[in-house]
Amino acid sequence: MLADGYISPSSLSLRDLPWQVHWSLDKCTLCGRCTTVCPVHAIELGVFRKRTVDTPLGVSQAPSNVFKVFYGIRQKTDPAYACIGCGMCSMVCPNDAIMAYRSEELDKLRFHINRGGQPRRRGGRRNVPGGILDRIKFIRISMLTDPALDAGRHEFELRTLLGRVLPPEENLRLLKENGWIPPVREIYPLIIGGMSFGALSPTMWEGLQMGVAYLNEELGMPVRMCTGEGGCPPRLLRSRFLKYVILQIASGYFGWDEIIHAIPEMKEDPCAIEIKYGQGAKPGDGGLLMWYKVNKLIAAIRGVPPGVSLPSPPTHQTKYSIEEAVAKMIQSMSMAWGFRVPVYPKISGTSTALAVLNNLTRNPYAAGLAIDGEDGGTGAAYNVSMNHMGHPIASNIRDGYLTLARLGKQNELPLFAGGGIGKNGNLAANAAALIMLGASGVQTGKYIMQATAGCLGSESDRCNVCNIGVCPKGITSQDPRLYRRLDPEKVAERLVDVFVAFDKELKKIVAPLGRSTSLPIGMSDALGIDDAAAAQRLHIAYVV
Amino acid sequence: MCRLCALTSTEPLSPMKAIEALDVMREGHDGSGVGLFLSDLGGPWEELEGAPILSGTFTNEGLKRLDSFMMEIGFMTKYKLSIKTPKTAPPGVPKRDVYLIRAYELPEEWDHLPGDEIRNRLMQVRLQLRQMGEEKQDMIVFSFWPDCIMIKEIGDPMTVAEYLRLDRKELHARIILAQGRQNTNYAINLYACHPFFLQGIATMTNGENTAFVPIREFLSSRGFPGYMGYQSDSEVFTHIMHYMRHFLGLDVAYYKHIITPLQDEVLEKHSNGTFLKHLKRSCRRLIIDGPNCVIGCHPDKRVFMVQDRKKLRPGVVGGRPGLYAFSSELCGLDAMVPDRDKSKDIQPMHLDTVIVGPDRQEVRLCSQMDT
Repeated sequence: MLADGYISPSSLSLRDLPWQVHWSLDKCTLCGRCTTVCPVHAIELGVFRKRTVDTPLGVSQAPSNVFKVFYGIRQKTDPAYACIGCGMCSMVCPNDAIMAYRSEELDKLRFHINRGGQPRRRGGRRNVPGGILDRIKFIRISMLTDPALDAGRHEFELRTLLGRVLPPEENLRLLKENGWIPPVREIYPLIIGGMSFGALSPTMWEGLQMGVAYLNEELGMPVRMCTGEGGCPPRLLRSRFLKYVILQIASGYFGWDEIIHAIPEMKEDPCAIEIKYGQGAKPGDGGLLMWYKVNKLIAAIRGVPPGVSLPSPPTHQTKYSIEEAVAKMIQSMSMAWGFRVPVYPKISGTSTALAVLNNLTRNPYAAGLAIDGEDGGTGAAYNVSMNHMGHPIASNIRDGYLTLARLGKQNELPLFAGGGIGKNGNLAANAAALIMLGASGVQTGKYIMQATAGCLGSESDRCNVCNIGVCPKGITSQDPRLYRRLDPEKVAERLVDVFVAFDKELKKIVAPLGRSTSLPIGMSDALGIDDAAAAQRLHIAYVV
Repeated sequence: MCRLCALTSTEPLSPMKAIEALDVMREGHDGSGVGLFLSDLGGPWEELEGAPILSGTFTNEGLKRLDSFMMEIGFMTKYKLSIKTPKTAPPGVPKRDVYLIRAYELPEEWDHLPGDEIRNRLMQVRLQLRQMGEEKQDMIVFSFWPDCIMIKEIGDPMTVAEYLRLDRKELHARIILAQGRQNTNYAINLYACHPFFLQGIATMTNGENTAFVPIREFLSSRGFPGYMGYQSDSEVFTHIMHYMRHFLGLDVAYYKHIITPLQDEVLEKHSNGTFLKHLKRSCRRLIIDGPNCVIGCHPDKRVFMVQDRKKLRPGVVGGRPGLYAFSSELCGLDAMVPDRDKSKDIQPMHLDTVIVGPDRQEVRLCSQMDT
C-alpha cells in the first residue's frame, strides 16, 4: 500500500488474498515471462526503492543513506486482479523464481468479489474435496469358492447399452413380426460428458474427437462423447465420425439449426440425442457461455451474433410440463432421425428425479436417463449455484435403480450417472461404485480435462477462469493465442491413455469380484461403506 | 465346491447309484446338504398319470395342517410313501417327524381347466404350503408336480441315504439328479439345497454365481409368483430356464445364449446373429458370471449340462445307449457307469450344451456357434 494511497472498503492486503505470489529477488532475471502469461494480470513489473547505509572507511566522512531502485514482481491487491493460483507463472519461469501459494487463512476477497452488484461467476467445480464415492469399498472378494478372475488374461465384456431395451418377450416378438424395436447402442460405460464447442477451445474439442475416433477404430473401444449444448462443427456432422457423438440439445437450442440442416447430408446417424434439462454444476440454471468466448466461429455455429453472452433459459421455453417436455421432445427428436437414434433426457440431480424417471418408464421412446449430480463441473456458472445447489449423485442413482427394479424395468431404461466421478483422481473406482449402485454407465468431464489437457483446477478454488476465456492452458479459451498452447494430437494421445488405463483399472475391480461376462450393473452385494447411515441410505453393507 | 451327478436310464434305477457316486466324490462336499430329484419314475408311481406328487418334510402338526388344507381345496390322496425315521438321527442330520411323498387326485373342478392353468395352480399350491410352513416352521415343501419326487436333507449324502433308506423299491426312477452340498455363503437351510424345482424344471449347480443379485432382482420383478425363494444363488439357474421356456418359448439349446452369451464380434459373424444379439440385449440381466457347472432336467425328460463362460468348473458326461451319467468328476462317472467306453466321454467346454434325450441313445452336443 502506497503511503499516499487511499484506503477504500475494498482495499485488501496481500494477506487477504486467497493466493500469494512469492517471488525471489536472487533468482529472478526479469525476463518478464510470468507477467506475460498471467491470465488475470495479477502480477506486474514492480519498481522498488531500497535504502542502504553507506559507511565509508575512516572517520572523515559520516555514514550516509544511499537510495537505489531495483525491479521485480509486484502482486496486485485489487480484487479484480486477484491471483487465481493457476501457477502458470512458475510454469514459464526459467529460473524457479516465482510461485503462488495458498493463504493459510480464509481470504477476505470473497467479500469483495461482487462489484457492480454482480455476484461471483466462474467456471470449474464446487471445490469440496472428498465425497461418498471415494468411501465406497468393493467388499465381495472372490475367494476359494469362486476364484477371483485374472484381470490381465481373462476375456472381459465391459460394455453397456444406451437405448431402451424391451422386455425379452416383447423384443423377440417384435423381431419375429418385423416390428419397430427401439434403437440400442452398445457403448463403453465411460462417456465423455457434455462439454460444448464453445465452452472448450477448438484444439481441445478436436483433440477429444480424434482420441475418440482412435479408441473406436484402432482399439475397438466404443467410446462416445457428448457435444454439450453448442452444436457441432458442420464437417463433423457430415462425417462418418458422427456415430461416435452424442448430440445434445438444451434450452438454448444453440447449434440446432445447423444440425437440422445437415440431417439430409449425414453419412451416419449420431450415437444418441441427449436432451439436457439440467446440469449438476448449476442445477436449475441454464447453460452459460459468456461473451468473452463468443467469437466469430462460435457465433456462426450457434447462429448468434458474436460478442454477446449466451445464457440458456433454465428450462425449455417451448414446454410447460414434464409430460409435454418428455413426450414431445423425445418423440420429435426420434422422428427427426426416423426412430433410428436413441433419445434420452439428462437432468440435474434432484429430490424430484424419481418423478421424471417414473414418467420416462411410461414413454416407449425414452431411451434412458442421465442424472448429473452436484459435484459436476461447468464452464460458467454463478458461484452460489455451483456451491450450494444440487443433489448428490449416489443416492439419486440408487433410488432410481431400485425404483426401476421394483417396476421390473431395470433392464429397460439405462441410468447414466455424472457429477464428480473421478474428481479426486479415482475415476475407475468411482465409476464402478456407481455402476454397482445401478448406473448403466457414467459421464465424466472434469477428469477428462485434467488428464488429457492438464486443466489446473483443483478442489480448492484454484484457477476457475473457464468462463472468461483466459484459460491459461488453452482448454476453454477461444483466443488463438491461448488455444495454440494445446496440441490436439497430444490431447488425443492422452485421451487414449486415460481410457486404456481406466479399462485396466475397471478390470482390476471387477475381476476380484468374479465378474467378467457382463458389466456388474446393480451388483450392490459387492459394495460396503464404513458409515452406517450411508449404508442404510444406499442399501449396501455397513462394514468397519 | 459342491459335487453333482445325474443319471438318465431306460430302466428305473435306485437313487443309491447316484448317492454312491457322490460318496466317491466326498472330498468335494461338506455334509451341509444332499438333494435328490427323481423323475420318469418307476414302480408304483408309473400308473399315476398326471397325478401331482407332493414332496417335503413335515412335523406331525404340519402333516395335520397339510391334510386339512389339501382336503379343503379338493385334493384326495391317491398313493403315498411316508419315510418314518429311526428315533435317533445320525450326527449332523436334524430330526424330522416325517418325509412325505404323496400323490394326489386333482380336484374335480379342475377337470376342464387348460394345462397351463393346472400347472400354475399346482405351483400356487406349493407356494402356499411353503408359506404356511414358514409361518409355523412345520413344513418344508420341495415340489408338487406329476412324475417328480424330491428329497433334501442336511448331512453327509451316504449317511442320510442310509438313514432314510433311500434304496427302497418305491424310489426307483429313470432320471436321478443328486447333489452333495459344499456350503458357501448362504445359511444351511433345506431350501438352499439343490436341486431346485419350478414347474417341472429342475437344475443343480456347483460353484457360485457372482451375478446373483442383479439376476434375482430381474426375476423377482417379472411378476411371476414362482420366482421367489433364492436362499441359494443357484436357484436362479432353474428360474432362468423356466423363464426362457415359458416366457420366451425357447429350447434348451438357447439356455447358454442367455446365461453366457457370445461376444459381440462373434455374434456379428454368427448365422443367427441378429436374433442372438437381441436375445443377449434383452436378457442382459440374466447373464451369469459363474464359476458354474449346471446339470438339469427339462419337463420333457431331457437331461442337460452346461458350463460357465470361462469353464471354471469340471463336468463330464458318459455312458452307453440306455444309460448315461453326468458328473462333476470322472470318479463319479466311473462309479455310476463303470462299463462304458471311456473314449466317448465328453467334457463340455465353454460353448457347449450337452443333452441326453428321453430315448437315451446318444449324447447330443450343441455348440453356441451352431444354434
